[in-house]
Amino acid sequence: MKPPIFEYASPSTVAEAVALLASRDGSAKVISGGQSLMPMLAFRLAAPELLVDLKHLKNLDAISIGEDGVRLGAKVRWCDIESDARLAVSHPLLAEAIRHVAHYQIRNRGTVGGSLAHADPSAEMPGVAMTCEARMTIVGSAGSRIEAAADFFTGPLQTSLQPDEILTEVHLPPWPAARRWAFLEFARRKGDFAMAGVALHYDLDGTGRIVDAHVGVIGVADRPIRLAAVETMLNANRLDDKLIAAASAKARESVDPPSDIHAPGAYRAALVATLLARGLKKSAA
Amino acid sequence: MHVKFDLNGRPVASDVEPRTTLADCIRNDFGQTGTHLACEHGVCGACTVLVNGEAVRSCLMLAVQVQGDKVVTVEGLSGDELTPLQAAFRKHHALQCGFCTPGFITTAHALLSHEPDADEERIRDVLSGNLCRCTGYVPIVEAVLEARESYRGSGSK
Repeated sequence: MKPPIFEYASPSTVAEAVALLASRDGSAKVISGGQSLMPMLAFRLAAPELLVDLKHLKNLDAISIGEDGVRLGAKVRWCDIESDARLAVSHPLLAEAIRHVAHYQIRNRGTVGGSLAHADPSAEMPGVAMTCEARMTIVGSAGSRIEAAADFFTGPLQTSLQPDEILTEVHLPPWPAARRWAFLEFARRKGDFAMAGVALHYDLDGTGRIVDAHVGVIGVADRPIRLAAVETMLNANRLDDKLIAAASAKARESVDPPSDIHAPGAYRAALVATLLARGLKKSAA
Repeated sequence: MHVKFDLNGRPVASDVEPRTTLADCIRNDFGQTGTHLACEHGVCGACTVLVNGEAVRSCLMLAVQVQGDKVVTVEGLSGDELTPLQAAFRKHHALQCGFCTPGFITTAHALLSHEPDADEERIRDVLSGNLCRCTGYVPIVEAVLEARESYRGSGSK
């Protein structure tokens, strides 16, 4: 359980970090909190030649809240989100989802950017990014680009990040004060990876009908996904027990989770149905 | 690589391989073996230390990452006497084999230093990141609850 041999660098600017990554042609890796990468190294599932530590990079640890939404620097830690009281109003879905991330010690080190770049299919932050249509700011040798969450997550632990690129910020669109929402996940023990989780939000029009429903799920596919069929079913309708039951059934048939040592696929699909029904009820309370 | 940091209140320096974890560095290079290593991949919490006052898992950090930082291990919490938190652990039989204890003590110390009014639910939430195979956790929670008083009023320790 010891990491493989690698070199280490701790540059002081993003440009230096990008140059270091570019110099190794895919065999360098970014480390910040290291709460996902260090176990990967311990198990030797990752064996980079060079680790580029973001420790000394400035201006990547701010939570900015404005009219255009919430911007999280890549080095924002879970404990920073937890202790920022503004988020309870500015993005309650984010605040609630992050309460489920890992444990105390890990929340003191783990970062938003690290979780997104690691792209674990059952992790909360990628689920929130996918559900809320977050946009990632990415800096590389060719300059910077913005990527929508839907294009960013490309597979299990895979993203569109190129070997010389660093994720620097994630932007969540504005959150109307009256928005309805829920985040629920199920894990055998608190802080464990979710066997399944549901994030949802929607707005109500003047007549109380649902508009702009967003339903995302984690832990049931090779990446966080949206359930378009469920969203279509919810939109333009009033939330009642019948609609909740129908949406729940639709959610179950919309997912095809793999079976693994933690749960059979059918169990995860049932979890999605149950969590969605509970989430919709909670959102209306 | 050369790394310098502050360990339990005194400056230390060592030449480490970049892959050396903070846990291995403080145990092997500085003989501070109070920090215990069990899972070595961030699951059990036994290796918890304080870095700049915050509880972190020393198996999930590289020694080179604490350059210039202040690191406190379980040895750094007490002098010749037990701290009130350690005394409460003894009083409530919050340990049997003792392997996990340094991790619980450092974690609970960090929690109570930052949140001396943490309630039982919060304490249980925070300690859920540490595994103990002997006690069944109830005596640990009782000990931490009793030690809260000693963290109040004096500001953060």
